Amino acid sequence: MENFQNLISETMLPDMMFYVFAALTLLFGVLVVANPFSRNPVTSAMFLVLTIISMAGLFVLLHAFFLAAVQVIVYAGAVMVLFLFVIMLLDLKEEQHRKIKMVAIIAGLLSVGTIVAIFLKSLHATNLNAHASPVTEGDTALLGKLLFSQYVLPFEVVSVLLLVAMVGVILLSKKNLK
Amino acid sequence: MHVGLEQYLTVSFLLFALGLLGVIMRRNLLVIYMSLELMLNAANLALVSFSRFNDNLNGQILVFFIITVAAAEVSVGLALIVALYRRRQSAHVEDLTTMKL
Repeated sequence: MENFQNLISETMLPDMMFYVFAALTLLFGVLVVANPFSRNPVTSAMFLVLTIISMAGLFVLLHAFFLAAVQVIVYAGAVMVLFLFVIMLLDLKEEQHRKIKMVAIIAGLLSVGTIVAIFLKSLHATNLNAHASPVTEGDTALLGKLLFSQYVLPFEVVSVLLLVAMVGVILLSKKNLK
Repeated sequence: MHVGLEQYLTVSFLLFALGLLGVIMRRNLLVIYMSLELMLNAANLALVSFSRFNDNLNGQILVFFIITVAAAEVSVGLALIVALYRRRQSAHVEDLTTMKL
């Protein structure tokens, strides 16, 4: 009995959780892109939040705890609030009545089919060289140490990038651009 | 079946394909932008799983930077969409035909 429980906690549960979270991610992703019930951008945004949260679950399964937290805070929090604010600013009522063109659907399915075929073929052709029992832990302390030693220059550059983005956004959102 | 790198990569790639489908199929600028975010997230998932299964934290650092840059990119892109909407009163790609020959 104990052995059985050990087996579940050691190997089966994470695998089951993977399938649950992967299915949820893909399901919500489909609902973002092609929701049969609603073409409202708000619905898409809400399903994008759910996609991102289930992807954070996948990150936890990959032991990337810090990134899972950042994913929820930055994407599901900040970015999606930004999206919703912009949807609120723009009046998008009439968008829903336009039809999706047949050409667009065909082109989309064709390109997606091609790219999936390429992927499956390359996945079979490559030796992934993956460790069977990985030990990497993405906890905050380790990532922080790496970030402030080896990657300190990119870190500072990214802070400048955020400043530039802020200035650019303020400039762009002025009433008269000149 | 034991879940390994291959399964994670498959999920990541299907998500990327979904994002691509959205970019090609949808006509609303905001939804196209959301699909772009979906594609970016798919790449993040691939990087994190490579990082995990190769015992190397550099992939996660890269994802950290991608998330930061994506946040900046979203703010600039949405400001551009709002500025465009102010000028054209539309956020529909078919109405933006200035560059058509």
